[in-house]
Amino acid sequence: MMNLDSKIPEGPIEDKWDNHRFSSKLVNPANKRKYKIIVVGSGLAGGSAAATLGELGYNVDCFCYQDSPRRAHSIAAQGGINAAKNYQNDGDSIHRLFYDTVKGGDFRSREANVYRLAQVSTNIIDQCVAQGVPFAREYGGLLANRSFGGAQVSRTFYARGQTGQQLLLGAYSALSRQISAGQVKMHTREEMLDIVVVDGHAKGIITRNLATGETNAWTADAVLLCTGGYGNVYYLSTNAIGCNVTATFRAYRRGAGFANPCFTQIHPTCIPVAGDHQSKLTLMSESLRNDGRVWVPKKAEDASKHPNDIPETDRDYYLERKYPSFGNLAPRDISSRSAKEACDEGRGVGTGGRGVYLDFSDSISRLGESAIRERYGNLFQMYERITGENAYQRPMRIYPAIHYTMGGLWVDYNLMTTIPGCFALGEANFSDHGANRLGASALMQGLSDGYFVIPYTIGDYLAKSGAGAISPDSAEVKVVMESVRERVDQLTSAKGKRSSRSYHKELGQIMWEYAGMARNEKGLNKAIGQIQDLRDDFNKNLLVPGSGDNLNAELERAGRVRDFLDFGELLCRDALERNESCGGHFREEYQTEDGEALRDDENFAHAAVWEYDNDGKTPCRHQEKLTYDNVKLAVRSYK
Amino acid sequence: MKLFLKVWRQNDRNDEGRFETHTLDEVSEDSSFLEMMDQLNEQLLEEGTEPVVFDHDCREGICGMCSLTINGHPHGTENSTTTCQLHMRKFDDGDTITIEPFRARAFPVVKDLVVDRSAFDSITQAGGFITVRTGSAPDGNALPVPKNDSDRAMDAAACIGCGACVASCKNASAMLFTSAKAGHLNMLPQGQAEKDKRVLAMVSAMDEAGFGNCRNFGECSAACPKDISLDYIAKLNRDHIKAKIKSVFA
Repeated sequence: MMNLDSKIPEGPIEDKWDNHRFSSKLVNPANKRKYKIIVVGSGLAGGSAAATLGELGYNVDCFCYQDSPRRAHSIAAQGGINAAKNYQNDGDSIHRLFYDTVKGGDFRSREANVYRLAQVSTNIIDQCVAQGVPFAREYGGLLANRSFGGAQVSRTFYARGQTGQQLLLGAYSALSRQISAGQVKMHTREEMLDIVVVDGHAKGIITRNLATGETNAWTADAVLLCTGGYGNVYYLSTNAIGCNVTATFRAYRRGAGFANPCFTQIHPTCIPVAGDHQSKLTLMSESLRNDGRVWVPKKAEDASKHPNDIPETDRDYYLERKYPSFGNLAPRDISSRSAKEACDEGRGVGTGGRGVYLDFSDSISRLGESAIRERYGNLFQMYERITGENAYQRPMRIYPAIHYTMGGLWVDYNLMTTIPGCFALGEANFSDHGANRLGASALMQGLSDGYFVIPYTIGDYLAKSGAGAISPDSAEVKVVMESVRERVDQLTSAKGKRSSRSYHKELGQIMWEYAGMARNEKGLNKAIGQIQDLRDDFNKNLLVPGSGDNLNAELERAGRVRDFLDFGELLCRDALERNESCGGHFREEYQTEDGEALRDDENFAHAAVWEYDNDGKTPCRHQEKLTYDNVKLAVRSYK
Repeated sequence: MKLFLKVWRQNDRNDEGRFETHTLDEVSEDSSFLEMMDQLNEQLLEEGTEPVVFDHDCREGICGMCSLTINGHPHGTENSTTTCQLHMRKFDDGDTITIEPFRARAFPVVKDLVVDRSAFDSITQAGGFITVRTGSAPDGNALPVPKNDSDRAMDAAACIGCGACVASCKNASAMLFTSAKAGHLNMLPQGQAEKDKRVLAMVSAMDEAGFGNCRNFGECSAACPKDISLDYIAKLNRDHIKAKIKSVFA
């Protein structure tokens, strides 16, 4: 039976983190060098954790599959990072950021974790400014803010349209400093394929060097998985091509509980699919909704007209109409679903009728084109490159796409999974965003976990368990290493007819159709059957060219797709069992009369945590009850 | 559209390498250059040949991982565009396209079109940071930074570390990259304390990594997908001379 003790500290919510830090054990400075820590992933969570732990004196090994730690997909975040600084004097506070995040997550996140996140949010901005992150500034030289979806205050800090890159470069620079100091050893093009668990504790990982094909074993006193989300199970998403679920899924197979896999976020403002060749979807930052107005034609027959030929009276600014107080800044799940509804009614625009307009003409006539160019120039440029259209002259076309996954490995207040010694940080864990993440909160959470949470909580675990990394040559490690080698050999000997990409594409179509923006029981059951058939076919007919002893991109993809095939089924199963609608999880059977999500707090105010059983067996679903003492459970209204 | 591709194939760093020619039919003009490469690889798989490997990840022009030399130009001939953001509508039906890796002594080929750019990481590790212990930072608004300085630092910080500057330079110099990295930090008040040390260390790491000398041809800035200006090279040169002189008299 899985132990789901969340270890939430006692005391009033404002004091929990303080109390916890005081009651946590410390590792004294001289002893820190006796401990080894493995960090998998080098994005905002992994990069900041590796840098900070190295700085504290631990011996850190950090791994990434890219050719440099600076390329992790955190880099692609555009819009910004939230912090309860209240620099705008507009009514923000730690409590309000906490409240907005819990409400935005549709009351499915863990209160204590979210409160801590809001508390440390202010430290993150300070830290990043000191590192030289060139945040946008006002003429007086102080930091500028913008507003973001799901909030009525202006608390988002940003660096043009590339906040993610600038924050990541900050973490990467701190990491680089520790690499040159010898505190962190960086391993690039090294992909984690399994975790080593000895006597119930995480003690190492097995990797494959993507350039040489070598399988390598690494051991340590603790393993941090900072490996991002699983959005690519849908094939088309805003994730980087290499993003995958393998690290967290392999930990799940070794005993880590996987929480709420069905909580996936669909971002409302992406460039629509253009054709069958498409390999990924590109996000247009949500910040565009500050100045753009979303609309579709009122009449379906106008959908094929040039947008500038449709008079004002024939346009339906549906977000402003349905949610007057939040308007175009309604949260992501609500905006996405509204776009789908409009397109389902035949009012969608562009290729295949799957698109809505995001129109800047009002802002341009109010503020001038140069002001809009200053704010979003790079986004407009990117849009033009991809679509060949000029958004200063005609409205952008946008459509929702898979963007972020709130589900992830279950962690307690210390960010530890159900495998002692195995921690999960950033998007890889589940705790802070509930069923829907608010814009500009992913960067905040990644850096919070890495800079300000794990450095405290890992000490407690290490101090209690004591130093004692096992040898990479020990028998326990060799067994896991052997199983990884077998898996790789199995893949390289697959000389069937179909490429891994074609399987991935088909899986993505099943997922998007039945487990996308709207789900229902019949569809989910159908999806599970289809995924199982597809997996059988994969096992028989997959083609992987070449061998495993050098750079082989097809082999890498085949391994990732293999895990996605298992994971997709788990996601559908979770969606099937959650008989309610909340946040990004919309079950058609559970909606209000006017089509809004209908939560069932009596039966589903819990995190669903899946425990792996053997292949072919249905995994076991456990629950962590979520209690709300500091916010009132309410129907989430943005009207 | 129909395309004729001349693609560089090389088994490993020690292999001599050669061009291979392929014909590709029915390429959508809406597809990106890398999606065209995906299509080529699917075709090679069907033909029973090993696909071409190339580096790529975010496919939205920010991670800096894609790195092809297209018709002799790093990232192709479009201005301010990475390979992944280059779309096939910029080519014509029947075109012959030559595809090579980024070429530079400091960027050895790993396989086919994939090169090793870890030399860039070593330059950053030498001094491309501000030493600030986690948790020791003052309030973010404690130190006002004039908007103009901040904007100029941001212009430099926009560098994505792709290496097109090196690949486009006859001497394979990394001055544009190094000057952008150093310039970003050197222009901010937070970066002043370590400025001299940073400049000396980064330039010497750059030289050690085997990059060539800068002759101010400006190819680098023209090839840069993020339009990093040559001004930063001038600034780095000035900062370097100042730091050198100070180190003599120190």
